Amino acid sequence: MARPTKVTNRIRELRFANGRMTQAELADRVEVTRQTIIAIEQGRYSPSLETAFQIARVFGATVDDVFAYPEQE
Amino acid sequence: MPYGERRTWAYLVTALLVPSLYVAAVLAGPGLARSVEGEFQAPLLVAIGAGLVANMFFVRPPRKGRDRRDERDAEIDRRGERVGFIVLGAAMIAPLALAMLEAAYFWIAHAAYLAYVLSAAVSSAAKLVFYRRGL
Repeated sequence: MARPTKVTNRIRELRFANGRMTQAELADRVEVTRQTIIAIEQGRYSPSLETAFQIARVFGATVDDVFAYPEQE
Repeated sequence: MPYGERRTWAYLVTALLVPSLYVAAVLAGPGLARSVEGEFQAPLLVAIGAGLVANMFFVRPPRKGRDRRDERDAEIDRRGERVGFIVLGAAMIAPLALAMLEAAYFWIAHAAYLAYVLSAAVSSAAKLVFYRRGL
């Protein structure tokens, strides 16, 4: 299945690095649904800037640490 | 299944079920020929009303503390409604054309009803595709 967004992320890796945080725990902390976290992790949804900042804050990281965008088309 | 997706499924079922029951009732009751010539307004209004009531019954309000709607639900809703609006705009050409051709009121009214049904069904289906395949 094609990925609808070019934004990539390290959320899964960061969850495991932060005490094996579950998707549900992250969803609760960011106040979104678990399905939204799953969709973001799988590249099926690009979160809003606000949610991106909230996710980064949960991991004590910057948005750039969590999300990336390809340099060239 | 998250609340937003569950709600969309309920809308889709209602959008398809109520008009199907209405058509079945018309065909089993007075029949098409008699409906075209006779009083069709009351059954059609009942069908429209039944659709509204069915939406209230099937589409449950969010449960406190359990159901959450977030920005992704809102974005899917917005995009799905836009698809539905395009379908409605295109489908409304049919009742307009029928009116210009001075067709029976029955056909004009039902073409308009069909346009709304199509819009609701396609909009819900589009939202479900967005839920599954992503935005």
